[in-house]
Amino acid sequence: MRQQPVLEVRGIRKEFPGVVALDGVDFRLFPGEVHALMGENGAGKSTLIKVLTGVHPSDGGEVVLAGERVRIAGPLQAQQAGISTVYQEVNLCPNLSVAENIFIGREPRRFGLIDWPAMRRRAAELVRELELDVDVSAPLNSYSIAVQQLVAIVRAVDVSAKVLILDEPTSSLDRDEVRQLFAVMRRLRDQGVAILFVSHFLDQVYEICDRMTVLRNGRLEGEYLTSELGQVELVSRMIGAELAGLDQLGGGKRRERTAPTGPAFLQADRLARRGAVEPYDLDIRPGEVIGLAGLLGSGRTEAARLLFGADQSDGGTLRIEGTVTALRSPRDAIARGIAFCSENRKTEGLVGELTVRENIVLALQAARGWTRPLSRTAQDAYALKWIRALDIRPGNPEALVRNLSGGNQQKVLLARWLITDPKLLILDEPTRGIDIGAKAEIQKLVANLAEEGMAVLFISAELEEVLRLSHRVGVLRDHRMVAQLDNDGGLTPERVMATIASGAHA
Amino acid sequence: MNAHALLTRLRGQVPLLVTAVLLVSMFSVGSVQYDGFFSGQVVLNLLIDNAFLLVVAVGMTFVVLTGGIDLSVGAVVALSTMVSAWLVEQHGWPPLLVIPLVLLMGTAGGWLMGWIIHVFEIQPFIVTLAGMFLARGLCYTISVESISITDPQYTAMAQTRIPLGDLFVSPSALIALLVVAAGFVVLHYTRLGRNVYALGGSEQSALLMGLPVQRTKTTVYAISGFCSALGGVLLTFYMLSGYGLHAVGLELDAIAAVVIGGTLLTGGSGYLLGTLLGVLVLGLIQTVISFQGTLSSWWTRIVIGALLFVFIVLQRLITARRR
Repeated sequence: MRQQPVLEVRGIRKEFPGVVALDGVDFRLFPGEVHALMGENGAGKSTLIKVLTGVHPSDGGEVVLAGERVRIAGPLQAQQAGISTVYQEVNLCPNLSVAENIFIGREPRRFGLIDWPAMRRRAAELVRELELDVDVSAPLNSYSIAVQQLVAIVRAVDVSAKVLILDEPTSSLDRDEVRQLFAVMRRLRDQGVAILFVSHFLDQVYEICDRMTVLRNGRLEGEYLTSELGQVELVSRMIGAELAGLDQLGGGKRRERTAPTGPAFLQADRLARRGAVEPYDLDIRPGEVIGLAGLLGSGRTEAARLLFGADQSDGGTLRIEGTVTALRSPRDAIARGIAFCSENRKTEGLVGELTVRENIVLALQAARGWTRPLSRTAQDAYALKWIRALDIRPGNPEALVRNLSGGNQQKVLLARWLITDPKLLILDEPTRGIDIGAKAEIQKLVANLAEEGMAVLFISAELEEVLRLSHRVGVLRDHRMVAQLDNDGGLTPERVMATIASGAHA
Repeated sequence: MNAHALLTRLRGQVPLLVTAVLLVSMFSVGSVQYDGFFSGQVVLNLLIDNAFLLVVAVGMTFVVLTGGIDLSVGAVVALSTMVSAWLVEQHGWPPLLVIPLVLLMGTAGGWLMGWIIHVFEIQPFIVTLAGMFLARGLCYTISVESISITDPQYTAMAQTRIPLGDLFVSPSALIALLVVAAGFVVLHYTRLGRNVYALGGSEQSALLMGLPVQRTKTTVYAISGFCSALGGVLLTFYMLSGYGLHAVGLELDAIAAVVIGGTLLTGGSGYLLGTLLGVLVLGLIQTVISFQGTLSSWWTRIVIGALLFVFIVLQRLITARRR
């Protein structure tokens, strides 16, 4: 006998120009459960969350909260109705103290003025309840993202303890931080809070969630108990077909490959930048995929940025095709055939206000110079070719990039660089925050590009992925490249992890 | 508290400390260098001569803390002096009616600019630039000449000296200090004030946390408009005239004072006390140069310019370190 759902959504519909993001979706959330919202990128997860939190008004359907129909007109109304959200990017004010971030907008007052001591005391109590070790009067930006996220949860639960939505909360957390987050989630669930959890990590979903709702292409695929739906089945529901070659997602099977020989395209010799990365050596040959593994903040991105001229090295030398070269700017690097897909696709890569077509031709146009504009026909041809090659959805070259899902945005970014036909492609977390289907496609694409002779530097937090693709794996730890391991078939994720942990050849 | 948190917290105070040290050292150097410099009255004169700037800078601090900017303040000050002089001198309205009216006008103008900025999502720079031209232009529809004020209540305000022992201050200086105190209470002890900081920290977050972003933004520009109008009223007490060319470039002095006072132009960090120190620094530069006697007053500008550079670089270093 289950009780009544605390939140029920019936037949919700949402359209963006050129895209139907949600098409008659139903969804139920019960008190005291952790519920996963699953689906590929573009399936409508983010849109559903934004409708529930009042960021986007819905175009049809109804939201029933604790038995009553509600209209959610904005974030404030959502909070007042009892729905709080913690997003992937921590949406708090880094300049304010922890206590203020928990209480802003609802500060305790005496005689009309803010009662600071009471606020700090109550914030400290809330933080202690969830067994966090946080000084509430310190500014928020003195803590790690993980702690900031927990503070956001403290705030969300204290604002309204009925429904808590966690949108990709774990994507920038390390293992211990995830464990801490899950402990907090379990404690809240036992208190009767309904938690909606969105994550791309299937293991995490199976570890913490009781039930799940699967969306596909903006439609409801089904609602399942976690215990009754296996991982492979779940993936096939998300993708919508018994995907041929699903095994290649499983991590077991690897591509047969031989490491290319011959002169290196790029050679880094004791290349370094103070405070970012210690001196490291690295050779990359045409047709070779080099993986960079290491924990978040271990210096993977920093090492790669030196190879793209995004930061200046202050030690060592860089040879490109045998010639000593100083890359003063990304422009230099691009001119020498190096492309860099940054991990921050929103802030450092794509222009959301431009269309898919415009984003795709951007780098090529820049390389040609503004005096030689690409004709519209050529632009359309390029855009269509890459939309088809990478299966970018929706397949409309004139759709605005900001209306695309994360995985499809990533593909647009890839297309932009591939169109310039680079000799070395640096991919920084190309699969982060995107779904498993798109992940597999991007991996396949990387492997194919390497086979055609492109050198690839592949940075990822997921070891299985790194091992599946790379000929060699550079391991970073504390801003130092501690080892380069040949991926000759005997290399296991465990051995890479041991190397990361011990800081030496294991 | 861990050491890192302490460090982060202190870092926010660095610009304020630098300004305080600068103020004290400038005053010490002046005292050693020039006879009669080391006196309480020199300090009080800083307040008396810069009361209107201080009031305007308080309003500017609110705006800059949200990450915005208000270029209209100088022109609104001029318009306020003009309307005051016009109504009092040429229409014979009583000052007790004219002053509230002028304050209301400034507040409404600021509110309107804030509303436009938020609703149409236009850069504050451009909206307040338009406001600046509008207010400055309106001055000349009243008169292209300076209108001098002979009203006894105004002259009384201009001449009254409130004794403090052997020293004295003007009513305007006291009003300015009251405005600073009121601004401090609003910024630190009301929800409006904290929302101002939140907005400057991250507007997106403020919105998602359910804070009244629109109301806060319009209120901040309304406060700046009110402070400009009040600054205009204080300037009429000081100059005893209304003129379209009063307070030319005052918006830049106000911004300079706010920045030198340690408020980040990107918003979210800064103190009203810093703005007070910033105004005093600007005043002290002028005092030093007038004591020196041979330098042209344009040297004030040069020194302010150099200081601004230093402080902006300092801000940059602090925010860069924070990432």
